[in-house]
Amino acid sequence: MNSVNDRNRDIGEYIPAPDDDMLVCRCEEITKGEIRRAVHEGMYTLTEIRRYLRIGMGLCQGQTCSKMVKGIVARELGVSPAELEPATSRVPMRPIEMDVFARERKEA
Amino acid sequence: MKRYDLIIVGAGPSGLSAAIEAAKRGLQVVVFDENERPGGQLFKQIHKFFGSKEHKAKIRGFNIGKQLLEEATELGVEVRLNATVIGMYMEKEITVKREGEIEHYKGDAIIVATGAAENMVNFKGWTLPGVIGAGAAQTMMNMHGIKPGEKVLMLGTGNVGLVVSFQLLQCGCEVVALADAAPRIGGYGVHAAKVSRTGVPFYLSHTIKEVEGTDHVTGVTIAEVDSKFQFIAGTEKHFDVDTVCVAVGLSPMSQLLKMAGCKMEDNPKRGGQVPIVDEYGETSIPGVFVAGDVSGIEEASSAMIEGRIAGVAASEYLGYIDEKELTEEFEKNEATLDGLRQGMFAPKNRRKLIEKTEEGCEISTNLLKYGFVADNEIERYPGVTRKAGIHPVMECTQNIPCNPCQDACPKGCIKIGEKITSLPAVDETAQCIGCGMCVASCSGQAIFLVDETYEDEYASITLPYEFLPLPEKGEKGIALGRDGKFVCEAEVVDIKSVKAFDHTNLLTIKIPKEFVMKARFYKAK
Ligand SMILES: Cc1cc2nc3c(=O)[nH]c(=O)nc-3n(C[C@H](O)[C@H](O)[C@H](O)COP(=O)(O)OP(=O)(O)OC[C@H]3O[C@@H](n4cnc5c(N)ncnc54)[C@H](O)[C@@H]3O)c2cc1C
Ligand code: SF4
Ligand code: SF4
Repeated sequence: MNSVNDRNRDIGEYIPAPDDDMLVCRCEEITKGEIRRAVHEGMYTLTEIRRYLRIGMGLCQGQTCSKMVKGIVARELGVSPAELEPATSRVPMRPIEMDVFARERKEA
Repeated sequence: MKRYDLIIVGAGPSGLSAAIEAAKRGLQVVVFDENERPGGQLFKQIHKFFGSKEHKAKIRGFNIGKQLLEEATELGVEVRLNATVIGMYMEKEITVKREGEIEHYKGDAIIVATGAAENMVNFKGWTLPGVIGAGAAQTMMNMHGIKPGEKVLMLGTGNVGLVVSFQLLQCGCEVVALADAAPRIGGYGVHAAKVSRTGVPFYLSHTIKEVEGTDHVTGVTIAEVDSKFQFIAGTEKHFDVDTVCVAVGLSPMSQLLKMAGCKMEDNPKRGGQVPIVDEYGETSIPGVFVAGDVSGIEEASSAMIEGRIAGVAASEYLGYIDEKELTEEFEKNEATLDGLRQGMFAPKNRRKLIEKTEEGCEISTNLLKYGFVADNEIERYPGVTRKAGIHPVMECTQNIPCNPCQDACPKGCIKIGEKITSLPAVDETAQCIGCGMCVASCSGQAIFLVDETYEDEYASITLPYEFLPLPEKGEKGIALGRDGKFVCEAEVVDIKSVKAFDHTNLLTIKIPKEFVMKARFYKAK
């Protein structure tokens, strides 16, 4: 475990910013302010943020926002984005209809 | 479950090159790509490519894709399109979505060549319709024949931003400006120069403050930023636009590798999350290789070589060739790769300020800041000489891995030499015949033919011209300078479009002699 996950670290108070209402994850409609607040509520890892806010779990599967989320969280924690462990990658790597996902092709 | 010797994910330049090398050595190879057309990024690229002959330089991107595909299919490679690989597992098994069903495949080796995805940035209004990625703009224009908008602002001056801006101009859009938060243009100077000379301004150290509109984009405000990227009050500039194009870099699409359990690292020099690999592109899972942008953002030329290396390495891994052949092939490819990774834009030089070329010429600061070499800087480069009679002028002023001009000249007027990144120089002993092959072959549209003794009072300039409609012989218009500003009146005296020029038209204009080193573009009145 690295220092990023150290919960005793003091990252200060959440201070509202003028651009807090800006959308970051457009699929799940999560704003910058919500992400910043989540960090101050104790969500220090991208996996936690993801579960907490559903960020990056919409249609594009984080293709658009994950890098921006990482930047915002890193700034809030006062670390470099490279230090943050990215969220887990899972199957399916592209959005897919359940109907298709459940239809296994029969062997020829 | 169907089994193959080698499964390749991604039919871009790296994936197809890997397939070719492996199939040549007898492996049974299948390539999956989620697009309906193979070629990856290449399919959207209508411009002529950099590099050298061996990496298909001066060929337009989409034609490189076609050539690679033909070679692969001739060798018996199965290419499955509209096939998205949605999962990859430790035991080299993949799941593919194709024709509304899920298929399972197992490979004895796998090469992941999935390329990269575009980055986005946040600013007020970024979710408004009309804010699009540069890649999306390219797909609309070059794949579907749709004009993305009428008036466009481009954010980002890397090669993608520069190339796509030029394509927007070709497609008939008005590009109002290019902005970049960095203090220097990120892409090749020659790409910036060809945009600049049409009259498009560059705003470096500027970024978007706000995109305006209620249900679509109607305008954009940019402002200057200081060295800490904070807006400087009072520097706002407003443009009426209906489209904002974002070209702020690419990130490797490496999720499949992560999912399969390959060891990863976050490496800003390679563009983000990338697998840790050895010199052959093999990941921490034996038999799983990577090639191309997915293992670090570079270029099609290096992607093809990395693909070849991975294809050969997979052949050795499966015992189709011995270690000796692997090392030989590797050393050959590694040498070319090393050659490409030199120069001002080499990965190792990313974000460094380079002040002099390898030849010792000072880099044009004007070019880095405004997108064009200033009139008082241009004559310091070895490609720019003056003499009586027709001769080439190469306004190529940075060390980039590119040399098709040297091969194009039948008379040997242009020298680059062994090192592909060297600046092109004029060979004073050779005699130019004015054939125009160099002008048409230059991927950077940086070569002009100049005849200072065309007529008593007049000089002629032959320039590459890739816009429609073509001007007609005898037409009178104006000549613009490198900065895109009015220089003088000009008359079109010739226009050549032959097959060997591959759709680059050569426009010859006649201008008063004193403007011969200034006039670099033609505009109808
Ligand atoms: C505007 C622009 C201009 C450029 N100009 C030049 C130039 O002049 N010279 C030069 O050398 N390079 C240039 N490049 C760079 C070059 O195009 C890329 O570096 C190169 O295409 C990378 O090749 P690749 O094979 O790694 O990836 P790509 O070409 O991106 O191919 C990856 C392929 O994988 C497929 N894929 C991804 N994920 C999956 C999945 N899960 N399942 C199935 N298929 C998948 C994609 O559909 C794609 O077809 C340019 C790039 C751009 C964007
Ligand atoms: S015009 Fe022809 S002969 Fe002259 S430099 Fe160019 S390629 Fe060579
Ligand atoms: S002048 Fe030669 S080296 Fe320079 S961009 Fe043109 S073709 Fe490439």
